[in-house]
Amino acid sequence: MTTRTHGGTLSRWLFLGEWRAHRIQAGTAIVAIALGVALGFAIHLINTAAFNEFSAAARSLSGQADLQVRGPQPTFDESLYPMLAQHTNVELANPVLELDVALPGNSGERKNSTLKILGLDIFRASDMAPDLIGIPAEDKLLDILADDAIFLSPAAMEWLGVKQGDPLQLRVGTQTITLRIAGGLRRARAGQRIGIMDIGAAQWHFHHLGQLSRIELKLVPGIDRAVFTAALGQELELRGQYLVTDTADQEARIANMSRAYRVNLNMLAMVALFTGAFLVFSTQALSVVRRRHQFALLRVLGLTRRQLLKQILFEGAALGSIGSLAGLVLGYLIAATALYYFGGDLGGGFFPGVRPSVHFDPSTTIVFFILGLGITLLGSAAPALEAASATPAPALKSGSEDAAFSKLATPWPAVVCLGAGGMLSQLPPVFDLPVFGYLAVALLLIGGIALMPRLSALVFSAILDAVTRRGHGAMPTLALARLANAPNQASVALGGVLASFTLVVAMAIMVASFRVSVDEWLKHILPADLYVRTAASGDTRGLRPDETKALAATPGIARADFFRSSQLVLDPSRPNVALIARPIDMADPGNTLPMTGDAIDADLLREDATPIWVSEAMVDLYAYTPGRRVTLPVAIPPPDFVVAGVWRDYGRQFGAIQMRLADYQALSGDQKVNDAALWLEAGVTPEEAIASLKRLPFGEALEFSEPAQIRALSLSIFDRSFAVTYLLEGVAIIIGLLGVAASFSAQALARGKEFGMLRHIGVTRRQILGMLAAEGGLLTTLGIVLGFALGWCISLILVFVVNPQSFHWTMRLSLPWSALLSVAAALLLSAALTALASGRHTVSSDVIRSVREDW
Amino acid sequence: MLELRNIGKAYSNGRRVLADLSYTLEAGEYVAVMGESGVGKSTLLNLIAGLDAPDTGEILINGVVMSSLDDDAATRRRRKELGFVFQAFHILPHLTLRQNVSLPLLLNGVQVEGAIEAAEKMLDAVGLNGRGAHFPRQLSGGELQRVAIGRALIHHPKLILADEPTGNLDPDTARDILMLMRTEIKVNGASGILVTHSRMAAATADRILVLTKDGLHPLGAVNSAALHQSG
Repeated sequence: MTTRTHGGTLSRWLFLGEWRAHRIQAGTAIVAIALGVALGFAIHLINTAAFNEFSAAARSLSGQADLQVRGPQPTFDESLYPMLAQHTNVELANPVLELDVALPGNSGERKNSTLKILGLDIFRASDMAPDLIGIPAEDKLLDILADDAIFLSPAAMEWLGVKQGDPLQLRVGTQTITLRIAGGLRRARAGQRIGIMDIGAAQWHFHHLGQLSRIELKLVPGIDRAVFTAALGQELELRGQYLVTDTADQEARIANMSRAYRVNLNMLAMVALFTGAFLVFSTQALSVVRRRHQFALLRVLGLTRRQLLKQILFEGAALGSIGSLAGLVLGYLIAATALYYFGGDLGGGFFPGVRPSVHFDPSTTIVFFILGLGITLLGSAAPALEAASATPAPALKSGSEDAAFSKLATPWPAVVCLGAGGMLSQLPPVFDLPVFGYLAVALLLIGGIALMPRLSALVFSAILDAVTRRGHGAMPTLALARLANAPNQASVALGGVLASFTLVVAMAIMVASFRVSVDEWLKHILPADLYVRTAASGDTRGLRPDETKALAATPGIARADFFRSSQLVLDPSRPNVALIARPIDMADPGNTLPMTGDAIDADLLREDATPIWVSEAMVDLYAYTPGRRVTLPVAIPPPDFVVAGVWRDYGRQFGAIQMRLADYQALSGDQKVNDAALWLEAGVTPEEAIASLKRLPFGEALEFSEPAQIRALSLSIFDRSFAVTYLLEGVAIIIGLLGVAASFSAQALARGKEFGMLRHIGVTRRQILGMLAAEGGLLTTLGIVLGFALGWCISLILVFVVNPQSFHWTMRLSLPWSALLSVAAALLLSAALTALASGRHTVSSDVIRSVREDW
Repeated sequence: MLELRNIGKAYSNGRRVLADLSYTLEAGEYVAVMGESGVGKSTLLNLIAGLDAPDTGEILINGVVMSSLDDDAATRRRRKELGFVFQAFHILPHLTLRQNVSLPLLLNGVQVEGAIEAAEKMLDAVGLNGRGAHFPRQLSGGELQRVAIGRALIHHPKLILADEPTGNLDPDTARDILMLMRTEIKVNGASGILVTHSRMAAATADRILVLTKDGLHPLGAVNSAALHQSG
């Protein structure tokens, strides 16, 4: 105990002495770790809060149900209900019609939005989901059964700007219906926007007579849920296609919906922490080199290797602890602020209609603290081991500093990392996540950065030879000689900025590739002159056959294609698959669909199966490969289909199937359509066509969009969804530049004697500053060139491995040259100025003192 | 106290600096070692300190073969039994003088308060009374070397190793430092080896030895009075 106390005192003296003398370096490392931890923690808190709230809101719609029975399509015939309600093992069956109902186009800022409305049987629902029961006015208790009444949650009333007693207009097909707001709900989650109606009224108003979305079941106590689920599944097989699901399925479905997005965002947040780790490494490594003489002296005086190792790791742990704690506080504040002002949606659009609040979770907080501390210790480990293993006698002499990094010059670990990264990138996903893809990115990054010292020595030696031969001045020679002969320290200094720049290049190429591909895809899928619909989304939009006929016959319209969009449940634990029926040219489906190239020739398709064309996600998630025969629940019994080709879909990552509208209508009997694509006659402008269409009896209910508008809107949504990505990249760059500042100022301090000597032999301050700027600029230029190369390699993994494995879509590579060159130029200037500013202080110090100091 | 038995050492580039060197230093003896540059004087000190190992032969301190010890054991013996004074002072720049001087005591497990008190006394003894809270940057070269001597002696080591301790000092300061070092070594009852190029410095020791390729050759004892006359 006594010895530890003394060791602790000595340790504290050394640690505080170092920090007092180099506050800026220590502060920079702390800020870097704090920013990294803060971003990671904030994004995790926001995503978790949003996800939990979204799940809770979804769960609250099911009340206390043990099981749910639903169809593979959004609705099914209610004739199933009596059978389940009278089942001996079922205590209570609660029929539900759940619809997303469009708001009319004149709803101001809520235009293109939908309101979730549940049609409930009040007598059943009061037992199964009592929170969802409406509260009528005291003098109108029967409103609860009234066919024109709707009860809204507080969030829905606030969002719609209405109160009890007000009318509420909703869009059903081309009609606008008006309901009366009869009151609020017993209890709804904060931010949850829902409306509740009597189920019969809902079926009638929303044209879903005899249709249900699901039947919730509460089982007789003591019934084994798993056994009953299996038995009921078999019973229902005789009546058609039904799915019996439980809460776990629902949770898995919600988790699957946003998992890839959340994981990718978390990985991106880790980039900032990763860059911070390089900064800690460079700060610690340079600090160890600067204090090499001190450590050697301590070893001579009797400090053991283990004690020295512990001392350096302790200093790293102190940096990591302070940085991590600051990061946790900052992260919590960022998350609370972001959730308060922007809700839980970080741009992905996965969590609409909830208002989550941040929750303090001790276990997650500890994990992020350990992550920050662990990364700092990792950054400190290599310098600490080097310092502890150094032989004290040679280390006491001057000029041994670069020897401390001599192991870095060995290229083999870097080559092994690069090779392993290349190999891992070829491995398949794990649980639908590109785990090996991320590992490959990390290995390529580490390998590339580890190769920097070797490359620096090779490149700058060659330049030095050329400069020496041509007899350039002393200062360029001095700058180049240092870079060529002591490249290790310089390379360590650049580690952080190289890491961040590489990732910025990789992300920029990935985002640009994605954006260009989406733009081209939009051009391909929007060939018509004008698009018409009754509402942007929702379950109640659509055109009747007589309306489609009237549309097609409108003067100025040369051709009209109609679309029917619907949803299918193929796997209860996965999000719905989109089913789109439309005219498709059998001879050349590529005319209509953006095919990936995997297609079966029309002549080779068998006549006994209807062709469908599936998105890439269907191949990954359901193995719907070209030529495979499948059944789809579009009719009873489910008809056979053959996968005729694969098309690219950037709109639906969980899968989409297209088939010919005529096939769909013949098989399902469903004659309704949702959207229309119109080609105009020559000489007719879109404005003239719109004016003609508005003169139709239902014209005022139609919404019109030109392809350019849809493209512009889609791309602005795309940019918004990547806004948080740009923010994280920016922070990574700032951390990288902080690293440059810390490293160059540390080096400039360590080179005080060198500068003092140069001043003694007649070199001016300006010349020394010029030399520092040249060193910074040359090194950063090499870093930028390497960052480009490395970033390009990593972007290949992001584009061709991570994206297809995460989101199930492929894209073609595009390089955003102007953006990359701008960032590179800004970085070069910043690094040179940082190096210059860092050296200015040292060069201004006392020349005589600097050569007299023994270190 | 110290016994060198047939010591041989070559540098990693193959150049041999010490060959078959033998010598015995008695307890309380203070010797100066002179010799040409590169002959191996500093290497000899590093071997004695256990910072380096001889290729051949043995070094015994109080009967213990240093090369038989592992790094930790050698470090612990060095911490307890040896004191170092360097040409370049090597004072930790971010610690105060009292903290610098108390380092060996702390490493040897002495209570912090006791170590600080002893450091203040040692600073008094080396002529730096009341300077304990100062930082090294506030001192002259001679004063820094006084601190280094205080640090070398504070834990009462049995052997002091000094490598050109006055190489960076002016003659007057050098003479003061050498006298201080001799006095403190004698007062503490320690033995000492002083490596130097300077005859004046060597004259402060009890005996002068010359290191050549053939080994250590004694030149005989010189008393301090002679030093004052030559000084």
